[in-house]
Amino acid sequence: METLITIILDGLQYSSYLFIVSVGLTITFGVMKILNVTHASFYTWGAYTAAFFIGQFSEMGWPDAFGFVIILVSAIAVGTVLGYLIERGLLRRMYERDEVLIVLATFGLFLVLEDLILLVFGVNPYFAYQPMALLESVEIGGITRDVYGLTLIGVAALVAVLCWYGLNRTNWGKLLTAVIYDREMSEAMGINVTRVYVVTFIIGAVLGALGGAYIAPTVSVTPGFGVDVIVLSFAVVVIGGMGSIPGALIGSIVVGLMRAVAVHELPEVELFVVFAIMAVVLVFRPEGLFAPAKPRKI
Amino acid sequence: MSRDRTIPGLTVALAVCAIGGYFIPDWLMNQMMFGFARALAILGLLVLWRTGLVSFGHALYFGLGAYAVALLDINLGISDAFVRLGVAMLVTGGVGTLLGFILRNYRDIFFAMLSLAFSMVLYGILVKTEALGSTDGFTVSPPTFLSAAPEGKYPLFVLICVFGWLAAVLVQGYLRSTLGRLTTAVRDNEIRVEYLGYSVARAIHIKYVMSAVLTGAAGALTAMALGQVDPDSMVNWTASGELVFVTILSGPGSVAAPFIGSLIFELLRTYAFELVPHAWQMIVGGTLLAVIFFLPGGIWSLFARALKADK
Amino acid sequence: MSGDPILQVIDLQKTFGAVVAAKDINIDVSTGEVIGIIGANGAGKTTFVNMVTGYLKPSSGTIRFEGRDITGKPPRLVTQTGISRSFQVSQVFTSMTVYDNLLTALAITDSRGFNALRPIQRPDLTRRCEETLVRYQIDQYHDSEASTLPQGVRKLLDIAMAMVSKPRILLLDEPTSGVSAEEKFNIMDIIMGALKADQVTVLFIEHDMEIVERYVSRVVAFYQGEVICDKPPEEALIDSRVREFVIGEEYPLEVREAGSHADH
Ligand SMILES: Nc1ncnc2c1ncn2[C@@H]1O[C@H](COP(=O)(O)OP(=O)(O)OP(=O)(O)O)[C@@H](O)[C@H]1O
Ligand SMILES: [Mg+2]
Repeated sequence: METLITIILDGLQYSSYLFIVSVGLTITFGVMKILNVTHASFYTWGAYTAAFFIGQFSEMGWPDAFGFVIILVSAIAVGTVLGYLIERGLLRRMYERDEVLIVLATFGLFLVLEDLILLVFGVNPYFAYQPMALLESVEIGGITRDVYGLTLIGVAALVAVLCWYGLNRTNWGKLLTAVIYDREMSEAMGINVTRVYVVTFIIGAVLGALGGAYIAPTVSVTPGFGVDVIVLSFAVVVIGGMGSIPGALIGSIVVGLMRAVAVHELPEVELFVVFAIMAVVLVFRPEGLFAPAKPRKI
Repeated sequence: MSRDRTIPGLTVALAVCAIGGYFIPDWLMNQMMFGFARALAILGLLVLWRTGLVSFGHALYFGLGAYAVALLDINLGISDAFVRLGVAMLVTGGVGTLLGFILRNYRDIFFAMLSLAFSMVLYGILVKTEALGSTDGFTVSPPTFLSAAPEGKYPLFVLICVFGWLAAVLVQGYLRSTLGRLTTAVRDNEIRVEYLGYSVARAIHIKYVMSAVLTGAAGALTAMALGQVDPDSMVNWTASGELVFVTILSGPGSVAAPFIGSLIFELLRTYAFELVPHAWQMIVGGTLLAVIFFLPGGIWSLFARALKADK
Repeated sequence: MSGDPILQVIDLQKTFGAVVAAKDINIDVSTGEVIGIIGANGAGKTTFVNMVTGYLKPSSGTIRFEGRDITGKPPRLVTQTGISRSFQVSQVFTSMTVYDNLLTALAITDSRGFNALRPIQRPDLTRRCEETLVRYQIDQYHDSEASTLPQGVRKLLDIAMAMVSKPRILLLDEPTSGVSAEEKFNIMDIIMGALKADQVTVLFIEHDMEIVERYVSRVVAFYQGEVICDKPPEEALIDSRVREFVIGEEYPLEVREAGSHADH
């Protein structure tokens, strides 16, 4: 029983984490048809920035609760600055080119940004435990859990609701849906696709940075810690269907729960299971579980 | 059309390497072995690239080839270089044939992602399985050659050079054949190929198996040259990324390109680690961007220009 | 013209969701005919060609070629049995030169067994390649990259590549679309001249009635997925339904503006 609760909580928590990091990736792909490896950089930079400032302000004697503000501000700042620079500086020059080549270009930029981290923040790890310590822990069904970890589930739910609302209930969402369905048509209809692209990319970047910033207090932030995240979010996004937000949600839950089961019941298959699911889904549903609709182009 | 001098050029290069290799210092010989061994994988990826396909998962075959050598060594005590190489190629050919039935139906990003998934499955198995060496991998004993166990690395070096030459010559012949032309043709227009009565799926399958076997050979030779195998530098997605990177760096223009590109990459890495230890990824990333934007033909296009100016 | 039809289409149907793109189509084609397929945009002409050549599977119905059932076979096998086609949007190898396009087509068609491994540059192929370029009058574009070709040349190349497999039936999807009005007849003359030597049965989709009048021996008119008329041209072009639904009442009383039917 206790194991079951642990598995479920672990699974939900991990799913939430995966959803926050991968939803931005899927939005960017859906709108711009770019599988963006620098998403891992947003994540890493978000984490480093948050961890750095949480440490600084804590030393200056600010209350620990201020850490949550820092997390949010870091995510928005990192996402906006990096997102804007990358979209304007690199991707804008690549829209006409091959999808796979764009992946490679973002891979190149990801590598550059990885080392830039070392130059800016140095090689030593950062620990930003304050927000986590602040929230302490609770007991659920006889199991002690960090409250901070549980809030992850709330944050993910909030992100999901905001995405849903933004897409389905706002004018902006309608524009986006049009661009996703058919870029050329939208352009012909007078939608400013360039602007839609910049804004979308920044939103995706902020979400990626938020993932890193929010997870920072629970881990030691060390060089190269975005490397595994990006393939995991690839797996999530591919399983759900590239470009689909509900897909990212389902993908996160599937991967999160399966991993939690594996970790507790059969640790040897932990990694294997995620990618085996990814392969199986791709084999039987080549476009993922929720393949977005496509216009006829013949 | 000017006469193609690729094969004479490769042959001269082979002779120079094989003879010169006898006199060069060990560190340089090592670099060349790693570079040329990897070039075999790049040769395979080049064929795929010309077909319009980029695999983010060829570390699968690199790893299979390398681990085949290690497991033969540890479990059966087989040290013969030819047997090791042959087994590695058989294994990767077999796996490539099976997975090819699936992958041949995928294109673009989906091809890349499914390849990635398959390779990460192997990675996931390796790092968690004690019997397969887990995260540490294995050490590999030095190779023997038909019961001769010579001192030093020179014999393996010559084997790598000769095998590289052979692969390049065969791939060159292949590219000039109808099947070889089915690279660009498939990339340009699959509908036309089907309407000419040829199966695109079959064309892709053949190329995929070819690239799998070549990458398997690369993994096996690297394992022997390095004397060890490990999952992180050989099977993780970053290893696949590195293979793709060297392919782009080399350029698709010639079967000689992978050898030049791969060797330059190897030398660059060594010096970069010494001179600017924390900027290696930045150099790789920056180079990748620069090649994509300014040198779509890769390093080879610089050579081609120089060779033309020579005439 | 007697004997069994070379192509028999029986009760062919195709639906895309709610759209009926082909409905109860029955056509028999005899060897040597030149058939013009006409119909307004969206009438189902391309869908018909797509089904006959295996690009689309019919929802129901049968297609027989020389007596053999070829319904639902993929393009590759349909091509191998002796049917070829060209496309509304030319399908060529865009990054290759005109010469390489044709050479590749010849080599692929000639790639049974070990031939696939022989060098592509071999005398028998290169000679045939040069001859074909001359026959379709595109030899002056020998070394031009296909992506840079004028529309008409690209169409000719597309057709030349379709003919490489020596088909017994050729279906042309709007061979003159995108070509200027002055050039249309010239292009059609080249095509028909080149095909004559091969004695191939031709079906072609065409929006220009002057071309239809000049070249075909029979007209099949489509309207909303149905065949509404199947007669010789002199009768078809005065048929009331054809005039109402396809060519417009004014033809040929008024000369239409050049290019008004150019396709997108
Ligand atoms: N793959 C498809 N999916 C959905 N609908 C299709 C598809 N192909 C054709 N249609 C529909 O079937 C109908 C017939 O289309 P088709 O392309 O055959 O017309 P056409 O006669 O060739 O027209 P045009 O003169 O414009 O080329 C149209 O309504 C079209 O929208
Ligand atoms: Mg049409």
